[in-house]
Amino acid sequence: MAEIQYAAPETVAAAVKALAAGKGRAKVLAGGTDLLVQLRAGRISPDVIVDIKKIPELRKVKKDKGGFRVGAAVSGQELGENADFRADWPGVLEGFELIGSTQVQGRASLGGNLCNGSPAADGVPGLIAAGATVTIAGPKGEREENVEDVVTGPGQTSLKAGEFVVSINLPKRGKRGGDAYLRFIPRTEMDIAVVGAAVSLTLDAKGVCTDARVSLGAVAPRPLLVKAAGKALVGTKVDDAALDALAAAASAACSPIDDKRGTIEFRTKVAGVLARRAALIALERARNNA
Amino acid sequence: MSKHHVTTTINGDPTEFLCGTGETLLDALREQLGLTGSKEGCASGDCGACSVMMNGRLVCSCLVLGVEAQGAEIETIEGVAEGENLHPLQKHFLKEAALQCGICTPGFIVAAKALLERNPNPTETEARYWLAGNLCRCTGYDKIIRAVMNAAAEMRGA
Amino acid sequence: MGNEEKQQSEISKGKYRVVGTRPIRPDGVDKVTGRATFGADFKPADMIYGRVVRSPHAHAVIKSINIEKALKVPGVKAIVTGKDFPDIGPGDIAAGEVVVSFYDMARNVIARDKVLYDGHAVAAVAATSPEAAAQAADLVEVEYKVLKPVMSARDAMAAGAPLLHDDMITQGVTPAPEKPSNVAHRHELKLGDIEAGFAEADEIIELEFNTQTVHQGYIEPHACVASMNADGVANVWCSSQGQFMVRAYTAKLCGLEISKVKVIPAEIGGGFGGKTVVYLEPLAVMLAKKAGRPVKMVMTRDEVLRATGPTSGGFGRCKLGAKKDGTITAADVELTYEAGAFAGSPVALGCMTGTASYDLANMRAVGWDVVVNRPKAAAYRAPGAPVAAFVVESTIDAMADKLGLDPLEMRLKNAAKEGTKAPYGPRFPRIGFVECLEAAKAHPHWTAPLGPNQGRGIAAGFWFNIGLSSSAAIALNEDGTVIVTEGNPDIGGSRASMAMMAAEVLGVEYERVKPLVADTESVPYSDLTGGSRVTFATGMAVTQAAQDLVKQLRERAAKIWDVDPDQVEWRDGQAVAIETDKHKPLSIADIGRMAGKTGGPLSGKANINAQGAGAGFGVHICDVEVDPETGYVSVKRYTAIQDVGTAIHPSYVEGQLQGGAAQGIGWALNEEYIYDKDGRMQNTGFLDYRMPVASDLPMIDTVLVEVPNPTHPFGVRGVGEVPIVPPLAAVANAVSHAIGKRCTDLPLSPPRLLAKIQGKG
Repeated sequence: MAEIQYAAPETVAAAVKALAAGKGRAKVLAGGTDLLVQLRAGRISPDVIVDIKKIPELRKVKKDKGGFRVGAAVSGQELGENADFRADWPGVLEGFELIGSTQVQGRASLGGNLCNGSPAADGVPGLIAAGATVTIAGPKGEREENVEDVVTGPGQTSLKAGEFVVSINLPKRGKRGGDAYLRFIPRTEMDIAVVGAAVSLTLDAKGVCTDARVSLGAVAPRPLLVKAAGKALVGTKVDDAALDALAAAASAACSPIDDKRGTIEFRTKVAGVLARRAALIALERARNNA
Repeated sequence: MSKHHVTTTINGDPTEFLCGTGETLLDALREQLGLTGSKEGCASGDCGACSVMMNGRLVCSCLVLGVEAQGAEIETIEGVAEGENLHPLQKHFLKEAALQCGICTPGFIVAAKALLERNPNPTETEARYWLAGNLCRCTGYDKIIRAVMNAAAEMRGA
Repeated sequence: MGNEEKQQSEISKGKYRVVGTRPIRPDGVDKVTGRATFGADFKPADMIYGRVVRSPHAHAVIKSINIEKALKVPGVKAIVTGKDFPDIGPGDIAAGEVVVSFYDMARNVIARDKVLYDGHAVAAVAATSPEAAAQAADLVEVEYKVLKPVMSARDAMAAGAPLLHDDMITQGVTPAPEKPSNVAHRHELKLGDIEAGFAEADEIIELEFNTQTVHQGYIEPHACVASMNADGVANVWCSSQGQFMVRAYTAKLCGLEISKVKVIPAEIGGGFGGKTVVYLEPLAVMLAKKAGRPVKMVMTRDEVLRATGPTSGGFGRCKLGAKKDGTITAADVELTYEAGAFAGSPVALGCMTGTASYDLANMRAVGWDVVVNRPKAAAYRAPGAPVAAFVVESTIDAMADKLGLDPLEMRLKNAAKEGTKAPYGPRFPRIGFVECLEAAKAHPHWTAPLGPNQGRGIAAGFWFNIGLSSSAAIALNEDGTVIVTEGNPDIGGSRASMAMMAAEVLGVEYERVKPLVADTESVPYSDLTGGSRVTFATGMAVTQAAQDLVKQLRERAAKIWDVDPDQVEWRDGQAVAIETDKHKPLSIADIGRMAGKTGGPLSGKANINAQGAGAGFGVHICDVEVDPETGYVSVKRYTAIQDVGTAIHPSYVEGQLQGGAAQGIGWALNEEYIYDKDGRMQNTGFLDYRMPVASDLPMIDTVLVEVPNPTHPFGVRGVGEVPIVPPLAAVANAVSHAIGKRCTDLPLSPPRLLAKIQGKG
């Protein structure tokens, strides 16, 4: 049995090189909370593991153009310790703070949660609703992509061989903006989302919604940006009728599966319920963010 | 490929061990170093029985590669008591009968210690959520939570 | 937040010095510091690693097994298959609470001609590293002829269902069926005349119920190390619920005499009945024999869930007749339990216990034991009773609702008491069920107001508790301290209760008693830790051993004083000469110090078959809140009330009530085995086998009702199993009240409950 190689590069360039040397049989290690489980279960057998935590910029949260540049290896717990980020993007943080236990919180990274490619990743809908992008490094240099375009199917991403996510970039929050993420699980903790719903919205001075983005997790082969659900709020004061329209649009966007975590019927119904509840929280936050 | 030579600090002591890339920190602690207080209940980060501190953060040692311990500061259950002096959490686990079989106990104590270092005065709800990654099948958690709250009170001098 | 009941329990105050107090457990410091040695923690020199090759199919014929490639892996030292084990003929023996067939057990430990469930062991390998063992396991080539799996009792009982065992003729049916089927056994028991009873009824209700397979969920996976000495003696270090059970089963399955197997008990990380059988130990012994080196085997969580005994799912029906005042006139219960791959579900125990809390003139219970392509059921805390109680207690609740009666009052009206004829035969001696119901009625929980979307449920539960064989010895040390040797693994603090009972009888300080759980060569036979028997039966043995020692201590004092032993009394830990103040009392330490000069060392012993285990009853109250839009259930308040006889160590008794309630809540809400259409288990980890976590539960209030068991020297009743009997129904009744519809299918997981709320379930 071939031993797995291990590399812990200290620069992005060195990491790109180490990954390229793996010729598609390399795996990126950040928090390891998915990777080690897959390794143990024999679901993956990489030739090389490239630990990116030694790259300083991947461990930092930086203010950038009024928004944030979050290193891909930053854990949910580390992100939560950044008071500015918490104030601006509480919904994004809610998603990351729901990933796993306290033990997992200190390890699981933003980049890993995204690149694991799970349709149910708790961190991803909040990023999509926020309009976040990722910076990807690879043999051909750096490129930027919208978060909603990264996951292409269960366990699959748009990353090409040798590429990895360097940072996740959040735009400027702006006044009268608010976001929220809710997920449904059968217990209070320690489950994978059966449905996840994130809403980010902006109000004008009169309380009319000028912009809204809604994202759903675990209801389709990949996390969804549900444009119709966002549109249902724009131009309204996020009243009951708008919320009903949002819930209906959310449910209509679902194409889930029956599995050990939930049924098609359940996921479809609850997607609407959660989208509505998340919108109300986002609304409250937007109103308080004058 | 030969094994990695890892130099680390465990419970304050400089320590070295050898491990393959695929071996976890939990494997290294238990198999190489004989520190069997950290338990393997699931190997997937769902039970918390292998909880240790790594560079000041609570982690499941089954979800950390042994090679990642290079240069790190690791604290395990074996380092919680100071010689014969038990930590207040250990004393309260005994006093409140917060263990039955005892297999989850090391993980709970390590995790609860991390909680109280971060938040010396948690509410019951905060304690329950912080410890949600530690499974106990014997106690129904009641006495564990009481022990944690009473230890917290003692440590605050309340 | 204080622990308000730290003081000695009421019944013990003034009567006992040690019993009823809450000392620190003797093994506690080792367990809070990580020093205690559990099953997987032992590592002898020269040890190698074993691994089981498991079937990926739920139902298949093994056509061939080829180990050639696997043997070539560097480091592989031994491989065993079913052919390496002795043939065992059919023939049952009784063991503990369940009947054990060695023929089936041998085939469960390692398949012979057929695999019968996903994860069934087909071979085992041992190698110098876990990696080499894993690689070799992957290279063991097994050729299967895959058969259609039978995953539920309903499918297994259907006409034309594939047969698991070609020779299974249903027992308990007259005349015996001519054709084989998947129905292993029909059980029936009855009292009176149910038809006459239903004729007397003002109301009749009949409900049907479904439940799923659930696992004990102990946190410690099965683990053992075995070595084979040159003299042919196998040493087995393992965690189990009984070292003598492991010895007997391993010897039988490996074709060894019992004296050729020594079992050294490790600390056990939870069992709940699931560690009352063997899986790894015979494989490890045979591998160690072949390899000539000690072999360690540790299961993964995936293996634990796929291949060790859960308890049965199945379906049930209850027809209940009652008068307007709530008097139950007849109960007709039918239970069908999935045994797993081999016969022997606990359905007979379900039939015996379901209605046992009530004084019924007319009742009938019929049970069907059905084999399916799931792992063989093992005992799980009050095996068979929780599902039976769910069926009966839910129906009683529905009847109370229909009659407009208080469900607690309805239970009180029909409650079993001393002299009530139990459905399984005997008349109850002094029991405390009425006292439990009265305690529930008086508890503030019962009358506390409820909020919107909330509901309250109440349910009762019964368990027999057992006695069986126990041995204990107490050795007096030269400084007056004592060692209590027993043969029962301490699964939840029983060392403390043993030491307390010994200290009480001897009149010494608790701290001067050292309890020891001994290996199979250091204490005579003891039945396993199960059936809620240890504090009762082994406690009785310890008490008698202590009395034996006291008798000898008095004799020694008499010898020293040259008086008749009748003139010596044992009082507060010292020998006192009565009717004279000539002699200064002699302490146990004094006598211990002089033992050599007065006749030699001193020890007491008792080897007993304990009779008169007192039946246990419990009443649980549960409040839930249901999210009507998602079907999510949150447990808001929970109170467990139980007649515990005398609580030797009240904290550990409360812990049993709390832990049982938590397991029952998990069973009711989210735990279940999920299989795909090919019979492969889908949720083989704690991520998707959803046991309650700390944030899922409230504090679990307990009320210890103490109606002493007259047959035990301290009044002990078993307490460990009763608390898992009521919660399924208590939770389901609460949810039913919260949503205004009767819930009959477990688990009450959100998808299932939301469908019910929306009228589709």
